[in-house]
Amino acid sequence: MEVARFWRTNKQRYQLVGEECPHCKGKIFPPRDICPTCDKEAKVPYVFSGKGEVFSFSTLHQAPAGFERYAPYTVALVKLSEGPMVTAQLTDVDANDVKIGMPVEMVTRVLREDGERGMLVYGYKFRPA
Amino acid sequence: MSFMKPSKPVGIVGYGSYVPRYRLPGEEVSELWTEGNAGLPVREKSVPGLDEDVVTMSIEAARNAMKRATGAHLTIENLQQKIGAVWVGSESHPYAVKPTSTIVAEAIGATPFTQAADWQFACKAGTEAFQAAIGFVSSGMAQYAMAIGMDAAQGRPGDALEYTAGAGGAAYLIGPIEDALVEIEGSLSYVTDTPDFWRRQYEKFPEHAGRFTGEPAYFGHIMSSANALMEAMALKPSDFNYAVFHQPNAKFPLKVGGELGFSKKQMELGMLVNDIGNTYAGSCMIGLTAVLDMAQPGERILVTSFGSGAGSDSFCLRVLRKPEHNGAVKTRDYVARRKVIDYAQYTRMKGYYKLN
Ligand SMILES: [Zn+2]
Repeated sequence: MEVARFWRTNKQRYQLVGEECPHCKGKIFPPRDICPTCDKEAKVPYVFSGKGEVFSFSTLHQAPAGFERYAPYTVALVKLSEGPMVTAQLTDVDANDVKIGMPVEMVTRVLREDGERGMLVYGYKFRPA
Repeated sequence: MSFMKPSKPVGIVGYGSYVPRYRLPGEEVSELWTEGNAGLPVREKSVPGLDEDVVTMSIEAARNAMKRATGAHLTIENLQQKIGAVWVGSESHPYAVKPTSTIVAEAIGATPFTQAADWQFACKAGTEAFQAAIGFVSSGMAQYAMAIGMDAAQGRPGDALEYTAGAGGAAYLIGPIEDALVEIEGSLSYVTDTPDFWRRQYEKFPEHAGRFTGEPAYFGHIMSSANALMEAMALKPSDFNYAVFHQPNAKFPLKVGGELGFSKKQMELGMLVNDIGNTYAGSCMIGLTAVLDMAQPGERILVTSFGSGAGSDSFCLRVLRKPEHNGAVKTRDYVARRKVIDYAQYTRMKGYYKLN
């Protein structure tokens, strides 16, 4: 069930809520309940600041199904200031202006719509900060 | 006359605005539909990006309002627990059925124990949410209430409204006077059944009654509402440092303000329509944010909205202290963040092309 899957991940998509490991204090995103550093249980919610920088990026001219109307757009690997790496679309920026190391901040935008009758999916993107 | 003064004093604890990055100059519209012969009602208008709508714009404005509300004893986490209402006024809610406000409330972390509702009254949907929030907080039913006026307005291609129908708006966090940046001294609402502008349920674009939208609608309601509030409070235009009126084009607000006895100087700080167009339910609310970014303690502001159908809400506000911005973007900085697009790009952003 697509709708249920989106509903369960509302907090991480809208607010960048991940987890903090109670053992090593490592910050985790997306939340996975197990710390990737020390392999122990980590379920404490943690709200990320939304600040980060572009680690690498790629501009898509041939968009996958469901994203055609947004092409061309840039997808980046963003290194959050708290440590984790997250893959997200960049917005409010022209593809030619994107640079590695560019400071970015999280904004909540429309990720896609499920046709004219389906639901609108909102979530995080990053824009130049 | 029903003059509204909260029994327990309340104020604006935080405010925030949002304007999308894209601008469509009036010449682009005029060139296409009139070979450049039309007079331009505004210089340019703001256009939402492909991934923006009233939900996303409201979220950013509300986040800005929360940033300005934080301080010595209020953190974002405190506020998330204490926001008792998230109300969004708009005439371009993305869903016909399903509230904008629950998505905004979830994104700002105010869920689940909060009131959430979408308000509707053409261009005054935002100020009616603001007015209700005053009562909600003053009565003690909520500690803080978020009132948002936001629109991504639609104008039929080639219609006069296509020059002006812009995007943007503002969010206000209403709360106890001890935390407030601005005191709400009084308010008043004036409505009549006037059919100047409407949109039926399954229609994409609104209809308007041409010249009728001027005198009896816009001017009649704003003048009656503003004059009645000033009379009830024994104030005159010279008692105000600033006045902000609903801005459907560049001419109307200056004309109505002039007729009420306000000078251009009192109105210019809150005038944004030449830069961002008519932001409908967001219009005078975002104009007020531009004033609050600059206003000094002790200064007094008159705000009057206008919504077709028709009605005007007036507010008398007094600045208590200057805001700490805490990273919130100032309104004039959003206005200056600007990428000009042409009519073809505009058509694409508005979704007028069918891709499949
Ligand atoms: Zn760990």
